[in-house]
Amino acid sequence: MQLLNKRPESLLDVKMHYCPGCGHGIVHRLVAEVIDELGIRTRTIGIAPVGCSVFADAYFNCDMIQGAHGRGPAIATGLKRSKPETIVFSYQGDGDLASIGMAEIVHAAARSENITVIFINNAIYGMTGGQMAPTTLIGQKATTCVNGRDPKVNGYPIRMAELLSTLDGARYIERTTVHTAPNVLKTKSAIKKAFQNQVDGKGFSMVEVLSMCPTNWGTRQDNPAEATKYVAESMMKVFPPGVYKGGVEAARG
Amino acid sequence: MAEKKLIKGNEALAEGAIRAGCRFFAGYPITPQNEVPEYMSWRQAQVGGAFVQAESEVAAINMIYGAAATGKRCMTSSSSPGISLKQEGISYCAGADLPLLIANVMRGSPGLGNIAGSQGDYWQSTRGGGHGDYRLFVMAPNGVNEMANFPHKCYEVAFKYRIPALILADGIIGQMMEPVEFKNPEVDAKMLKEPDWALGVNNGRTRRVVSSYDLSEGALEKMVLARVKRYKQIEENEVLYDEKQLEDAELALVAYGTSARVSMAAVKMARAKGLKVGLFRPITLWPYPKKRMVGLSDRIKKFLVVEMSLGQMVEDVRLSLNGRGEVYLHSKPGGSVITAEEVLATIEGVIKKGEKKYAAIK
Repeated sequence: MQLLNKRPESLLDVKMHYCPGCGHGIVHRLVAEVIDELGIRTRTIGIAPVGCSVFADAYFNCDMIQGAHGRGPAIATGLKRSKPETIVFSYQGDGDLASIGMAEIVHAAARSENITVIFINNAIYGMTGGQMAPTTLIGQKATTCVNGRDPKVNGYPIRMAELLSTLDGARYIERTTVHTAPNVLKTKSAIKKAFQNQVDGKGFSMVEVLSMCPTNWGTRQDNPAEATKYVAESMMKVFPPGVYKGGVEAARG
Repeated sequence: MAEKKLIKGNEALAEGAIRAGCRFFAGYPITPQNEVPEYMSWRQAQVGGAFVQAESEVAAINMIYGAAATGKRCMTSSSSPGISLKQEGISYCAGADLPLLIANVMRGSPGLGNIAGSQGDYWQSTRGGGHGDYRLFVMAPNGVNEMANFPHKCYEVAFKYRIPALILADGIIGQMMEPVEFKNPEVDAKMLKEPDWALGVNNGRTRRVVSSYDLSEGALEKMVLARVKRYKQIEENEVLYDEKQLEDAELALVAYGTSARVSMAAVKMARAKGLKVGLFRPITLWPYPKKRMVGLSDRIKKFLVVEMSLGQMVEDVRLSLNGRGEVYLHSKPGGSVITAEEVLATIEGVIKKGEKKYAAIK
C-alpha cells in the first residue's frame, strides 16, 4: 500500500464552513500544500480578512491573525517589518481587497512589501449575502443591483491584477482560476511562485484567483458545475487569466 | 542619565519611546504632531527598528496591529482627526488584547477644526473611542519632560495588562521646547522577553492566533469579562496623579495637561492674594483617580475643573465625587488657550459667590 495523498500539515483537520462548490476550500488547500513543500510552516504568519474567509484563522496550521476589513496588507507590513524572518501572507476576497482595502493593497504593492497576497475574486459579497462587489460583472445580478449591474448606476468592475501591475513595486502578479482541474494546478504553481518570491526577498507578489460562488450567483445550487461554467463563459472574458508582472523572472525561481 | 536636552515636546515623545524600546513606528502626516514621524524616520534606522510612512491613519494603526502581534514594542501617533480615523483599528487592538502605544497630540475640533492645542478628545480617549466595551490606559503629560518619560510607563502597563496605551497631549505641549531629562533606564529592545502570545517563528510550539472575534455562543462575553478583570486591576494599581498646595486648600482646581500648567500659575496668583487654593492634576485619565478625589472631598468642598474643552473631564469629577462637594467649571473649547488671569477671575468668583456665571454645576 502506498499513500498517494494526504491532508497537508499546514491545514488543520477541522470542518470548514464553506458552501458546496465554493473555491475557497480549494485555494486553502493549495496554499497549505505550498507552505508544506517550501518547508516554511513554522515561520509563516497568515492574515484572515473580513468576508467569507474570515475563519481562515481556524483552518491553517500556522500562526494566524484576523484583521479589520481590507487592512490585510497594512497588517502584513507591520508583521513583516517587525519580524523579517517570517513568511507573511494576506488572504483576501474582492470586497476586502478591491473595495474597502483598495488603498492598503495599492500602497503595500507600491512599497514592494516582501509579502504574498492571495486574492479570491468571485465577483460578489458572499458572507453578507450577495451584494454587488467591485468586481461584479456588467449585467450580473446582486442583492444591491437586482436587475444586474448597470454601468450608468454602478460603474464598472475593477481589474486588480492589471491595476497593480502598473506599479514598479509589484514584482509578481498573476491571475488564475480554479474552475477546472488543470487550472487548479496552474493556480498552485502561481501560489508557489508568490511564496518563493518572498522566501527569496523579491518583494510584493499577488495571485488573483477567479473563484466560484454557487450560493450567491443565482446559478443552480444543486449543481455547482453551473458555477464553473460561469467562470469560463463570463468571468474569464472580463478578467483574463495570465501573468501580468514578473513572469519570466518568477518562472526561473 | 543626568543629561539635559532642550527639545520639542513631540521630539521628546519620540525619543522617549525609542528609549523605552519602541522598534516599529507607523504614522501619517498631520499637524501638530509631524515631528514625531519625522524624528522616528531617521531614529528608528539608527536603532535597527522600522519606520513606515503609512498611506493613511487607517493603514498606520493596522500596521501597528500587525507589529504589536509580534510582541515588539511599537507606536503610532496622530492628532485629533487622524485619531478618529484610527478608532476601528484601536478597537481591534483592544479586542485582540495587544499592547501598543498611541499618541494623540490634540488640536481644535470638531471636524478639521484648527491646529491649535485643545483638550477636546477627552471623552474619546477615556471612553474607549471606537466601537465596543473597552478601555485604553491614558496618560496626560503636562510638559516636555513628561512627554519624554511617559512612554516607558505606558509600555510597562500595556504589556503587563495587555491593553493599548494612549498618551494624550496637545499642540502646545507637542510644539513647546523645554529642558528634558530622560529619567528611565534605556530599554534594550533585544533583551525584552518575547510574550507567550507573540506571533512569529514557532520552532515546533503549537500555533498562535491573534483575533478579536468569537462567534460561538457566550464566547465573546467571556472574552470581554476576562479583560474587565484586568481593567479592575489597572484601576486598583496604576492610578497616577499630582497634588500641589492642597494641604490647606478650600478650593481645588482640577486640571490635566496644558490646563494644569495654566491652573498652577493661577494657584500662585491666588495664593499671593491670600486665597487658599491648590491643584489636583490627574496624570492617568483612565483609570481616573476617583478614590483620591473622594478622599480629598472629606476636607475640600469646592472643586473647580479647568479644561480646554466644553466640559468633558468635569463629568469624571462629578462621577467621582458623586455629590460630595460643589463642582465648578471653567472651560474653553475650539483650540483656544485659557489664561491664568481668566482662571484667577473664576477662582475669585467661585469663592465670593453670588454671581450667576460662577455658580456650581447642578
